[in-house]
Amino acid sequence: MSDLHHASHSEWDSVAAQAIIARHLVLEGPMLPILHALQEHFGFVPAESVALIADALNLSRAEVLGTITFYHEFRSTTPPARVVKLCRAEACRAQGCEDVVAALDRSHGIHPDRPTADLAIETVYCLGNCALGPSAMVGEELFGRVDAARLAEICGLETV
Amino acid sequence: MMGVVTPTRIYVPCDAAALSVGADAVARAIAAEASARNLHVEIIRNGSRGALWLEPMVEIGHAGNRIAYGPVAAKDVPGLFDANFIKGGAHPLALGPVEDLDWLKRQQRLTFERVGVTDPLSMDDYRSHGGLAGLRAALALSSQQIVQAVKDSGLRGRGGAGFPTGIKWQTVHDAVGARKYIVCNADEGDSGTFADRMLMEGDPFTLIEGMVIAGIAVGASRGYIYLRSEYPHAFRTLQRAIRIAEAEGVIGASVLGSAQAFHLEVRLGAGAYICGEETSLLESLEGKRGIVRAKPPLPALEGLFGKPTIVNNVLSLAAVPYILAHGGAAYANYGMGRSRGTLPVQLGGNIKRGGLIELAFGISLREIIEDFGGGTRSGRPIRAVQVGGPLGAYLTAAQLDTAMDYEALAAIKAMLGHGGIVVFDDSIDMAKMAKFAFEFCVAESCGKCTPCRIGSTRGVETVQKIIDGKAREKNLAVLADLCTLMTDASLCAMGGLTPLPVMSALTHFPEDFGLALPRVAAE
Repeated sequence: MSDLHHASHSEWDSVAAQAIIARHLVLEGPMLPILHALQEHFGFVPAESVALIADALNLSRAEVLGTITFYHEFRSTTPPARVVKLCRAEACRAQGCEDVVAALDRSHGIHPDRPTADLAIETVYCLGNCALGPSAMVGEELFGRVDAARLAEICGLETV
Repeated sequence: MMGVVTPTRIYVPCDAAALSVGADAVARAIAAEASARNLHVEIIRNGSRGALWLEPMVEIGHAGNRIAYGPVAAKDVPGLFDANFIKGGAHPLALGPVEDLDWLKRQQRLTFERVGVTDPLSMDDYRSHGGLAGLRAALALSSQQIVQAVKDSGLRGRGGAGFPTGIKWQTVHDAVGARKYIVCNADEGDSGTFADRMLMEGDPFTLIEGMVIAGIAVGASRGYIYLRSEYPHAFRTLQRAIRIAEAEGVIGASVLGSAQAFHLEVRLGAGAYICGEETSLLESLEGKRGIVRAKPPLPALEGLFGKPTIVNNVLSLAAVPYILAHGGAAYANYGMGRSRGTLPVQLGGNIKRGGLIELAFGISLREIIEDFGGGTRSGRPIRAVQVGGPLGAYLTAAQLDTAMDYEALAAIKAMLGHGGIVVFDDSIDMAKMAKFAFEFCVAESCGKCTPCRIGSTRGVETVQKIIDGKAREKNLAVLADLCTLMTDASLCAMGGLTPLPVMSALTHFPEDFGLALPRVAAE
């Protein structure tokens, strides 16, 4: 099941979480580095880690949770099997990203507003590839000149 | 009977934009093809020259020249070898010597001097192309003399606000504090901008050198680069560059053998546009929600962890090595009026030849968009141009003779911002773009001040009502009132400037909102 999709991510493990937190305590302002490391390990920032971070940084749980929820990037639940970031900011709009979004909805019934457990197209604002848009990113791989067919391919969808 | 053959150097950019159109596949194909043909080549992953429409642009080191081919796809590679491109052979993709490309010849590259030329992670390359000259000069000066050189250069903050960098440095220099910080704002979130990214990926040592010089100038021994998480390639490059700079003694306990120490770290943001605002960025670095702080106190006096802090944009800091190496006056020689030096312009959107163009201030938008850019990619007429990111004004095709200059743009109620230009053709619906400006503000407002937090949502609703033709006159009055309020009462530029794209769209393109054309345009 989800293990298939998240082979690289781990089940909750408080010892591992504590080790991750402890590793960052030498840093000034270690909160964001801790959250990034936890998310890299678990695929998201597990709710169980909130109290551990609060304890280690001498903060209230509300402060930790408030920080996690402020940033678009941090997840509180298991991510979909495939996450495709699609830029929908001005420069990509000028190059027709909204037409690409509409076309994918028509051909596959998939839209950024309707993520599933298998696939989420996440709207992001700017991937820094504004002369070669529309742009998308999967993991750390950046794609330029993305049209509807290319987006479907990036999303792992069959061509209709 | 083979002697020692010097390998042919083949340059394939590692810049993220080049990667987005297949540069890695091209590099792999070249390696495989060379190996199959038993040819001795050395593949160097350089930064991008900035002619992004030619990416992936492959360069061959041949007879003291760099011969360019582009845009190269992996499938073109066998044909290029057949054409003996490693000796500069003729081919339909051949562009000639890079230095002769019109796009590059017409530029004045100071900050981007080495980007695309060198191996971004080779300190030897960096040194042999003038790197560290600024730092060496700085080490021979007093801290006040360094600050003075930056003042003399006329450098203004390239992040968007345009505040004189030397004055900021003077404030931190004069501030009393046992600990001070240099913070580089690399949260380049404006759509239409990518110069910071290209610099960090293509010549990271220049940024590091600029930050060390800033540290020496104000007495700070610790620096942070706050980088947006959407830039994983830049993150990796910076991390490796910092390690190399440490190993080479450029940073660390002793900067180039001097008594100065400078420690540098790169930190990742987490997808919040507002963290490009300097006080929000500082909150985020401290590990909190990226909520904007009220000013005063200025970050220069009470910045990171309450200590005196320089917060400068990537391009501001990256301009510093040139200024110290060549003197403030050399830099100030470029430009016009109160906009001195060069501006790395980023040309994107619906444009035929997009990319990075570094030029002295003063060139007109038209020269950039038409001469460099060649008009729209779609071939349709230009309808609108947004300058300065998502908080910048929309201009019409008739306003393109305006100069790229802080004051000239302000005079037409626009702003230069971070130097991004986004071109739209006549298929764009400007009412939708106005509504999007508010939607973006809804998504990215930090929520601290009411005009921005609530005003953005009311703005989305009001623009929609105008589009739908519901009580249009009344809602236009509401919109104007809302925009005035947001402009005057927001805590930072997020809420304060969102009205700029909205009202410029409404003023210049009323027909998209279901209104009559302005009389001037109708005549």
